[in-house]
Amino acid sequence: MENVMEVKDLRKEFKAYSSRTGLKGAFRDLLTRNYKVIPAVNDINFSVRKGEMVGYIGENGAGKSTTIKMLTGILTPTSGSIIVNGMNPHKEREKFVQTIGVVFGQRSQLWWDIAVQESFRLLKKVYKVSDADYNNHMGHVIRTLDIEPLLDKPVRKLSLGQRMRCELAAALIHNPPLLFLDEPTIGLDVLVKLKIRDFLKEINEKYQTTILLTTHDLSDIEALCERVILLDEGSVIYDGALKNLQEKWSEGKELKFQFLEKVDITAVKVLTSELPVKWELEEKEQVFTATVEDSGELISQVIAKVVAAYKIKDIKINETSTEEIIRNIYEKGAV
Amino acid sequence: MDKYFEMIRIRFLMMLAYRTNYYTGILIYSINIGAYYFLWSAIYGSKEHIVGLSMTQMTTYVAVSWMARAFYFNNLDREMAVEIMDGRVAIELIRPYNYLGMKTMQGLGEGVFRLFFFSAPGLIIVYFIFPIQFTWDPSVWGLFAISILLSFLINTELNLLTGITTFFLYNNSGLIRAKRVVIDLFSGLLLPISFFPGWAQEVMKFLPFQGISYFPSMIVTKGFSHHQALEAILQQFVWVILLFLPIQLLWYFAKKQLIIQGG
Repeated sequence: MENVMEVKDLRKEFKAYSSRTGLKGAFRDLLTRNYKVIPAVNDINFSVRKGEMVGYIGENGAGKSTTIKMLTGILTPTSGSIIVNGMNPHKEREKFVQTIGVVFGQRSQLWWDIAVQESFRLLKKVYKVSDADYNNHMGHVIRTLDIEPLLDKPVRKLSLGQRMRCELAAALIHNPPLLFLDEPTIGLDVLVKLKIRDFLKEINEKYQTTILLTTHDLSDIEALCERVILLDEGSVIYDGALKNLQEKWSEGKELKFQFLEKVDITAVKVLTSELPVKWELEEKEQVFTATVEDSGELISQVIAKVVAAYKIKDIKINETSTEEIIRNIYEKGAV
Repeated sequence: MDKYFEMIRIRFLMMLAYRTNYYTGILIYSINIGAYYFLWSAIYGSKEHIVGLSMTQMTTYVAVSWMARAFYFNNLDREMAVEIMDGRVAIELIRPYNYLGMKTMQGLGEGVFRLFFFSAPGLIIVYFIFPIQFTWDPSVWGLFAISILLSFLINTELNLLTGITTFFLYNNSGLIRAKRVVIDLFSGLLLPISFFPGWAQEVMKFLPFQGISYFPSMIVTKGFSHHQALEAILQQFVWVILLFLPIQLLWYFAKKQLIIQGG
């Protein structure tokens, strides 16, 4: 499969001005200002193949948005090279943006004061979409995202979830082969989120649309992306399958017990002393947590012993969540 | 080109979205013309002419320059500044069009809207209240039409220049305000250029401002001969081309050093 995106040694530096203290400092700032050069994106490399859905994740300020803005031709890189859809985004901006769709979750690309369909109509002209293509493609998009009844309302009267669905539709008017989504599900309820996810999966299958997604909601990534690129302080610290990350970093399983009668933690510990189990007790809720390796045999044994000795109110088996994995990685700053 | 015309249509829709703005607009322009009419009639007193303009010509001058202002005036500089300051310019840059071209078209949409739905009705109201004399010579109106189109371009170019400086200054509301006062004063909106002292008139000849309001107003009030009118239009045209160059240059550097503010 061909690469739709090639990023080599990409770097973006910003000047960060700092103010001097006090009145005297303020006057000196009028003449000369102190600044530091800070690399927001620090020599990153990656490539994306056609039809892939890639999660681009990192903490706030890790450089995700800056990268997306360089990939979409908005910002000029300080150094390094970008080839997206066979073009240099910044050099050939007007031709290039014809081939991409972008959704910025925090900004609206629809016109605030006018009806949604007027915005669509303008975008249709802007992207030179023929009537036949528009009716065919957008008819489907509008039905799937269920925005038909919203079309004649001005954008300012839409709720966030309604607006977001319209934003997504607006980004797809020209049916671009490559879609950038910068936090598309920010602040949305579960139902809208699910709808958007299903829709993204569908267009990915139907048109082989390549999608680059940044989000802080890891359940989005889990639902959509097989591959993730992890960014920390401007550098790529992991690039690969999400599954590998989970396997490598998962810390076994947690068994949570609640008992009907009052049970002492030392008694439980004695009970399972010959098995490799770590017990913890949460005093308030009386929840006993056993951390064990992820092996079916071991888990069954622990449960069997405990159940044989005490009456059980509730059992839960938890895997280490992706969220925890990512949190661990952020804290350590490396994979 | 299609997309640029569509943008004019959208701007029409946006102007119509707020009706109160529209009605108060007509009122404000009429009040302005009235205020200047009374000011000038106090200045004229019993004099027939001042610097070659009669009182009726002056009233017509005031009415026409305010109505022309409705056409050439726009807030593109402020809009650009806001878009750049809150980062919305990012959205503009992911669309396959020329940002400055699109802004100009928005300004034109706004201007055409105001000309037909603001100036024209306003002028009719004013015509019945104040002693205004219009020529019915179509060639004069033809020259006027060309002239205000060029005023629009000059004024828009100055607005774009001011707007682009936001890329470098991040907050340029002072500059925008200063530019507005300079244009109102030096363009001949408040005071015909011929009322300025001689040396100031000489300086004005080397500045683009009189092409914004003074020229078109003088053409309609017949303060200019046919020959002078053609010369004025030529001068406007030269300014349109001259101002185009610094815009392209600044825009080139602006894109390089663009920072999207607010994430």
